[in-house]
Amino acid sequence: MNLRRDVFQAIADPTRRAILLLVASQSMTAGAIAANFDTARPTVSKHLQILTECELLKQEQNGREIYYHINAKKMKEVADFIELFRKMWDDRFNKLETIMKKYKSKK
Amino acid sequence: MEQKTKIRAEDGKQELLITREFDLPLELLFKAFAEREIVEQWMGTKVLKLESKKQGSYQFETTDAKGTVVFQASGVIHAFSPNQKIIRTFEMENTPFGVQLEFLAFEKLTDDSSKLNMHVVYESVALRDQVLKLPFAQGINMAHNRLQDIAGKLK
Repeated sequence: MNLRRDVFQAIADPTRRAILLLVASQSMTAGAIAANFDTARPTVSKHLQILTECELLKQEQNGREIYYHINAKKMKEVADFIELFRKMWDDRFNKLETIMKKYKSKK
Repeated sequence: MEQKTKIRAEDGKQELLITREFDLPLELLFKAFAEREIVEQWMGTKVLKLESKKQGSYQFETTDAKGTVVFQASGVIHAFSPNQKIIRTFEMENTPFGVQLEFLAFEKLTDDSSKLNMHVVYESVALRDQVLKLPFAQGINMAHNRLQDIAGKLK
C-alpha cells in the first residue's frame, strides 16, 4: 500500500523528528535507529515507513542490510526548521495578546 | 489564512526579521515588553531582573518541577524609548549561540492595533541557522523525555 502522505504531517510527530535528526548525521539500519528509542520496534518501523513514503528518508540496499539516509533535497523543500521557529514566536505572541486583552478589560 | 507572525530569514545572512501585528493599542503592546510580571507570563520563564531603561539589564531563568535550572538568559538594554523602540542584547547561558543584538520597533496602526518589528542580528550566519533549528531540537528532546517517562512508568 502506498498512501500519499503529507510531509508536514510527517514532521509534526516528535519521534519522527528525532529519527530525522538521528539519520541526518549518518545512514543507519532500522535496527540501529530503533536502538535509540525506548519504543517498540514495530512502532519505529511504522515511523520509518511514513518518512520513506513522503520521501524525507531514502532506502539503500547494502548487502543484506537496508540503510536509511536523509533526503536533503526534500528536507530543504520543507523548510520546517523555520516553520517551527515561527510557530514558537507565534505561540508566545498569541499569549501576549490574550494577557494584554485581559489587562485592558481589568482597567 | 494569513499568518499573524512572520519570519524573514534570507539564506546566507546573519540576521532575521520577526514581524507581528497585534489587536492591542500600542501602549499595551509596549507594556508587555517593559514590565517584569507581564514578560514572565507570555515568555513562560521567570524574570529575575528587568531594568527597563538605557543601560539597564535583565535576567531570565526557568526551572523544572525539581528546581533544576533548565534555561538561563540575560542581556543589556542599550536604548529604551517608551512606545517606540528597545535595543538590547540577548544571550543564553551555557549554549554555544553567542550574543545576539535585537532591535525592537513598536508602531501604532490604529487606536486598537499595533505592530512589532523585531530585527535580530547574530554573530555569524552559522549561529543564526543553529538558533533557527532550536525549536526543532527541543521537540526532539521532548520526544526523548516523553519516551523516558513512559518507559519509566512501565518498569
